[in-house]
Amino acid sequence: MSSVVAPAPPRRRRRTKLQRRQTRIAWLLLLPSLAVVALVALYPLGKTIYTSFTNQEFLALEPTKWVGLANYRALIHDSFFRSAVWTTVKFTLITVSIEFALGLAIALVVNSKFRGRGLMRAVMLVPWAIPTVVAAQMWKWMLDDTFGVINDLGMRLHLLSHPHAWISDPSTSLASVCAVDIWKTTPFVALLLLAGLQVIPQDLYEAAEVDGANALQQFWRITFPLLKPAILVTLIFRTLDALRVFDVFYVFFGNRPDTQTMAIYAQSTIVQIGHVGYGSAISVAIFVIIAIFVVIYVTLNRVAGEE
Amino acid sequence: MKSNKHRLLAIATVLAAATALVVGLSIASAGTTHAVAAAATAKAPPVPNAKAIKKKYGGQTITFIGDSVGGSHTRDLNIAKRFTHDTGIKVKVVPHPTQSDASYSQLARIFSSHSSSMDVAMYDVVWVGAFAPWLVNLKPALAADAKIQAPGIIKNDTVHGKLVAMPWFGDFGMLYYRKDLLKKYGYSGPPTTWSQLFTMAKKIQAGERASNPSFSGFVFQGNAYEGLTCDALEWIASSGGGHFIDNGKVTIDNAKAINILNQIRSQIGVTTPRGVTSYQEGEAQTAFTDGDAAFERNWPYAYSLNQAAGSKVAGKFGVAPLPHGPGGHSVATVGGWQLGVSKYSKHKGAAMEFVRYATSKPVERFDTITNSNVPSIPSLAKDKKFVKKYAPYLSPATANVPRAARPSSILGKNYNEGSQFIYQAMSRILNGTPAQNVLPGLKAQLQTVLK
Repeated sequence: MSSVVAPAPPRRRRRTKLQRRQTRIAWLLLLPSLAVVALVALYPLGKTIYTSFTNQEFLALEPTKWVGLANYRALIHDSFFRSAVWTTVKFTLITVSIEFALGLAIALVVNSKFRGRGLMRAVMLVPWAIPTVVAAQMWKWMLDDTFGVINDLGMRLHLLSHPHAWISDPSTSLASVCAVDIWKTTPFVALLLLAGLQVIPQDLYEAAEVDGANALQQFWRITFPLLKPAILVTLIFRTLDALRVFDVFYVFFGNRPDTQTMAIYAQSTIVQIGHVGYGSAISVAIFVIIAIFVVIYVTLNRVAGEE
Repeated sequence: MKSNKHRLLAIATVLAAATALVVGLSIASAGTTHAVAAAATAKAPPVPNAKAIKKKYGGQTITFIGDSVGGSHTRDLNIAKRFTHDTGIKVKVVPHPTQSDASYSQLARIFSSHSSSMDVAMYDVVWVGAFAPWLVNLKPALAADAKIQAPGIIKNDTVHGKLVAMPWFGDFGMLYYRKDLLKKYGYSGPPTTWSQLFTMAKKIQAGERASNPSFSGFVFQGNAYEGLTCDALEWIASSGGGHFIDNGKVTIDNAKAINILNQIRSQIGVTTPRGVTSYQEGEAQTAFTDGDAAFERNWPYAYSLNQAAGSKVAGKFGVAPLPHGPGGHSVATVGGWQLGVSKYSKHKGAAMEFVRYATSKPVERFDTITNSNVPSIPSLAKDKKFVKKYAPYLSPATANVPRAARPSSILGKNYNEGSQFIYQAMSRILNGTPAQNVLPGLKAQLQTVLK
């Protein structure tokens, strides 16, 4: 911001002494939180990126060496990693779209006035309140082919001719893990969307009614446009969460190779095998993949905002 | 409006917390009942020479990363309690993760961070080579105690002339079978070949399903974890297909291995539950104990659980060597656990006294009786009266089966990676991919860690 920028089109007003002091105080007040962010977010990120260029290993007797891009070159040819990315992306697309559709429907329902609405809102949160590992273990038992209640019910109702191993059978394993995630996370999506719905002023609907707009028109002309920011926040939240998924998969499949997610592959490489350097390269790749999704959403958000 | 919202939040929180609590409690209580019953009332033997130890180390506290399988955690608590009572050395018992590869990585992280948070830990027979540089040489202190231990295991635990761990208990795979059902379906004895096993399993399963729809012929450890490496080694080695790596060369991609693996694959969901590909020891043992399986592959620890009060098969089952393939002979994957002292321990003296006590003959005897573990002290394992009364699974027929070793000494600290390649490949086969499409890739992977 030096004065050399001569042809600055709109003339800048010189800041007053008071403004400068306020800016200084603002920075001072921000300093503690910036320091915390640097400590808990930037330092680990930087350290991971640094480690990804080394051959660091657990239980290594030789000192760690700088290996340049070797880890990344190996990653490009790593079929396990490619399959993990593909599994994770499939999981993300399936769960986020279904959770969004169901969550929006639920949010619209509990936003309308009916008896017992308060209780309904509380009850619908129950699946989300159960810790994921606990919920996953519960579902793993329910889906079991010998003692699981799902197969038992299916047989009694004559929907199944014989018990099915939902989790073990590769043709249904991804579907079952998606179902559990949808069961668990839809309430959260509904909650976020409900918050968005509640800030839409009621008088808009009254005006629309006076103008003779039907429910569908009201939804497309009022609800949807005003809900857009909440929708974007929800989608970003869920997509990032889904791309980092670890717990449900880990409880369901352990280290089964055909169902590894990106996070499980990184964890097993670093923690179980002890290849800290290579595992860090995987982590950085995950970071980049997630960043791509964020860029897509933020761009969408900007485009939507300009409309 | 505002107070309304608050009330809503409060209701939601209470509901959620209550649900979580109920679910948590029901899950916590589900798996533990069998295990605790076996050893809870037993009293560990006294510590010899306790006075002198108390004088030297009394008041110190050591941390012991111990067992989590079966009644073994209770055993750890029992011996720790007795040791503390007699010597004044406090022992903090921390159970290790049930998955043995998770427990390996826990120790690897402790050593890599030079942490003194752990003094004594238990080490799988296949880990000794990898952890040796981080363990204290026990030879000066425990040479006399090591003399009564099995020389083969002492050799495994001696690295570059240093005794880095003391044998604690042995392990080997064996076949549990239902005597009553074999008789019912007209078989005079347990199967000796894999084909026989599957024929019997099919017939028994077809008959039993009429009254018990969850009944299966055969259960084993099919989850993608270390246990599958152990089971696969038995299938392959008993069919003459080698030990994954033999004489420094990767041998896994051979016709005999392909045959037996495809045979096992063809039984998944046929004579085994389809879900066996997610079973670890606990699930296999539960299925057998609950009377839902005719045959089970497991370690000796399952013997006391199958025999315990509450088991539906107590008195109705027998043990035998695992079957073999055509032209092969029965083998048992060798397992077992050792105790070692961390070189970052701040109380090495006290820790070594604990190891001396825990691996002593009276304690191994106690462990065998209460917990059906295999003693690593030959004079105990060969004591006929003792075996007959307390450890029938150590009868010569099962105990003298040739042991098959996982390729740990040749892979050293790469063992965990190699084993992961193995069990992931086996998992793909069990889940439907023909063995001939998987083994060439496994061979290439094992070659990269063998270098």
